[in-house]
Amino acid sequence: MLAAVAKPSIDWAGASPLIALLGGSIVVLLAGLLRGRVIREQLVPLLTIVAFGASIGLGIWQWDHAKDLFVAKGSQGALRLDDLSLMILFIISATGIGATLLAWRSLAPREAAHGEFFALMLTSAAGMFILAAAQNLVTVFLGLELLSVPLYVLCATEMRRERSLESGLKYLIIGSVGSATMLYGLAFLYGATGGTDFREISAAIAGGVAHDSLLLTGIALTLVGLAFKASVAPFHQWTPDVYEGAPTPVTAWMAVATKAAAFGAALRIFDVALIDAAHDWQPAIATLATITIVVGNIGALAQSSLKRIMAWSSVAQAGYLLAGVLVASRLGVKATVFYLAIYLFMNLAAFAVIIARERETPWGDDIRSIAGIGMSRPLLAWPLTLAMLSLAGMPATAGFIGKFTLIDAAADGGYTWLGIVIVIGSMISLAYYLRIVAAMWMRPSSAGEVSTVNPDGSPRLAGADPVTERADWEISLVAVLAGAAILVFGIIPSPLLNLADSAGKALGLL
Amino acid sequence: MSLPLSIPLWLPAAAAFLGLFLPGALSRVLTIVGAAGTFAWTIWAIADFDRGVGKLQDLTDEVWIKQLGIHYKLGIDGLNLALIGLAAFLFLVCIVWAAMKEWDHAPQFFFFLGLAESAVLGALMAQDLALFVLFFDLMLLPFLFLAGIWGPEATRVPAIIKLFIYTLVGSLLMLAAAIATGVLAANNAGTDLSFAFSDLARTAPALGKGTQEWIFLCFAAAFWVKMPAFPVHGWMPDGYRNMPLPVLAVFSAVLSKVAAYGFLRAVLPLFPDAAAHFQDLMLVLALGSILYGSAMAFTTSESRLVLGYSSVAQLGFITLGVFSLSADGANGAILQAVNHGLVVAPAFVIVAYLAERAGGSEDLRDMGGIAFRAPVLAALFLIVVLANLAMPGSSNFVGEFLILLGVFHSKLVIAAIAFVGVGMAAVYSLRLFIRAMHNRVGPEVESREINFREGLVLVPLVGVILFFAVYPQLALHKGQRTITESVVPAAVATGDPALATRPAETQVIR
Repeated sequence: MLAAVAKPSIDWAGASPLIALLGGSIVVLLAGLLRGRVIREQLVPLLTIVAFGASIGLGIWQWDHAKDLFVAKGSQGALRLDDLSLMILFIISATGIGATLLAWRSLAPREAAHGEFFALMLTSAAGMFILAAAQNLVTVFLGLELLSVPLYVLCATEMRRERSLESGLKYLIIGSVGSATMLYGLAFLYGATGGTDFREISAAIAGGVAHDSLLLTGIALTLVGLAFKASVAPFHQWTPDVYEGAPTPVTAWMAVATKAAAFGAALRIFDVALIDAAHDWQPAIATLATITIVVGNIGALAQSSLKRIMAWSSVAQAGYLLAGVLVASRLGVKATVFYLAIYLFMNLAAFAVIIARERETPWGDDIRSIAGIGMSRPLLAWPLTLAMLSLAGMPATAGFIGKFTLIDAAADGGYTWLGIVIVIGSMISLAYYLRIVAAMWMRPSSAGEVSTVNPDGSPRLAGADPVTERADWEISLVAVLAGAAILVFGIIPSPLLNLADSAGKALGLL
Repeated sequence: MSLPLSIPLWLPAAAAFLGLFLPGALSRVLTIVGAAGTFAWTIWAIADFDRGVGKLQDLTDEVWIKQLGIHYKLGIDGLNLALIGLAAFLFLVCIVWAAMKEWDHAPQFFFFLGLAESAVLGALMAQDLALFVLFFDLMLLPFLFLAGIWGPEATRVPAIIKLFIYTLVGSLLMLAAAIATGVLAANNAGTDLSFAFSDLARTAPALGKGTQEWIFLCFAAAFWVKMPAFPVHGWMPDGYRNMPLPVLAVFSAVLSKVAAYGFLRAVLPLFPDAAAHFQDLMLVLALGSILYGSAMAFTTSESRLVLGYSSVAQLGFITLGVFSLSADGANGAILQAVNHGLVVAPAFVIVAYLAERAGGSEDLRDMGGIAFRAPVLAALFLIVVLANLAMPGSSNFVGEFLILLGVFHSKLVIAAIAFVGVGMAAVYSLRLFIRAMHNRVGPEVESREINFREGLVLVPLVGVILFFAVYPQLALHKGQRTITESVVPAAVATGDPALATRPAETQVIR
């Protein structure tokens, strides 16, 4: 009965940030078809940055206009545009701008064609925004797939490097398992509650299906699906391999943005739709968080590849972030969003330096590539040092405030012991973060030992990018800006905390 | 009319930061000027200090992070006045000493030293628990770089990572405990979240006994490692071996005092029940430090480690004084903290001078007979040694006397055993002097008198020891009232409040 399907009302203003991303991806794709080399290599990344920037601008315009988007008659609406989804959007788009700058002159877009590469990035950004803003089970899945499929491709864009292909394939297979699990879980949730809108689900749970085994199975499977995306242990095994194999700008992009989107979705699913079943899922998430913190930090200890260290560290950080989801309080949302925001700076700073050294040395992303850069390359060394200290939660960096808010939220929600677990995780993490700091400042440089060109004069391949003498200003710019942000938000965190707080307010929690 | 505390607090770091952009020679001058400015301020602050006012003076109180209840609250009172003076004086002397030597990358070296001074002063001035924790962790960071970049190349990295992890394990536990204190105390009392000591002093003692006890243990772990004290001193030998001597002198003389101070500032007033509960444990551990430190100090032949283990023993005495939970003990502890700092810094200066005369070796077996042509050096060294063994007439004697008096009144048996430590101090101090200055002339020893530049560093340090020997009240009478107040709640909790309120013995030394 087609007549029964009502056309949803569309709030174009509210949807504008999403339109900027999706429209941007089409424009970029088309621009990539133009013939001039300058257009492809310079204009396309510029347009990508414009699209990300436009989505941020439109998001600021829509700030504090909480509303439902795509509302069909009688339904709640597919997306929720509130300060939480906008904060996640800002994080995603800021990462996008950074990742575009990092990718601009790297090998991956040249191999995969500029138009396609950047269009895929914008599409996955749109998927991330949909996932974080979704308030309907179907939209959740739609967002999840829209974010995942372009990422599978992006991971494999360095087509002539086996590791990159392996990474893409691995991510495809494991990501699909995650998606399938999640879809199964969403179906169970629908079966238990009879609704796909979050409003209906939470009403049904409040109405007494809280201990239905169908619901519990649904919650468990949904949690597992999200855990795959957010690399929460024990569903994290893909992370190190995919992070290592993917082109480094893509790694930077997915490390931050996917995590932000997955946690945005987790906040909305658990702290809104399933809030009345909190007593059922809280112990499960607490256990997962503990396992994740321990596994991630211990896994990072024995690595010598910087990208693998960052991968394991991202696993550990996911564990810390779960503490904010789990307490289901406004404080918890605030802590999660704040941590996601500073996570952006810490990771961009780190990956920018890794990329710069991949291009300058023959060591690829091995820890030897950064040996001794403390005195010779201060503009790279300081941002990476700040990023490592911040990830470890040292004072005067944003990471300290981030850990502080998370532990604060955990203690306030009655999970003081999880705060202690976070702290113990940080202690373990010092061992590998300090190793990186020590390599930069306290080890002699290893760059001089190996020549950067082959005997026949051709550049030696390192990881992916040919070693060049060219100093890429945009890489240093990203590193310095991110490093400065780490310091600034470590000393003046209040503005960012205020933004995070309005995101917390948006969910209507206490 | 008084200066805002932020100016003397940040002056050393700011001056040293400016020095980063100047050539090496100017950077050291600028750092000295910064440290000297702060020291001049401390002299004025001590002279200007009004002992009649039992409250904080020169108070700076701004809300720093409103959402987290963290205040940027600084103040001086009787408890921290003498220690601030000590820190400013020793940093100035050690920076001057360091400026006479050649360093690679001198601007960076002096930047880290200046940052260290500001962080230590911050920890001493902080009147907010979260701010205290922040500075307490921050003051370690510069030493990571100071030892890691300018230490001996072969061993510095493992040693510094060991030091860092050891101390941060304690510090991070303290971070979790501090956040829990603030959150739980605010929830318990139904007030807004605040970490200011003045607010916590009202709300924290009302926490349940179990909560107080685990929080106490976390704080104790942090201070215990930093001191270092007996079972957790494992980082000390390697850490001491790998720091350049001017850095080690401030590290040993100042940083360990902040830990002892932390007990009196944060732990005893906030968790009196737990302090009373664990009094015996802490006293026994302090005894362990005294006996173990003394025994190690007269068996090792490395002159640095003689001083290192002697510090372990002396810090044991200070802890003993704090946990006698009596007015005499606490006053003695603060006096002894000042004394130990004043003694150990010139001792490290002398170690450096001895090594220069013994062919570069710091091993006691390579020394001997150095007094032969250096009577002035020998005399200065003897004064330091006699002060270290608490010769009657020295200020250290007064400190140890007060500490033991306090312990006598509370725990007779412990005091009786602690007396052994006094005897052992004489053994290891005199052994250090005799082996280095007398005995058979060592193989590569070239005895020569100290020159003007060497004297410039050493003579003021020894002069201050002599000054305190005749006038120990300076460190005490300004602070007596506040120091005594800080132990009252804990003394009440032991059921023997008379200990804290009896001022009779302290009057003796007036």
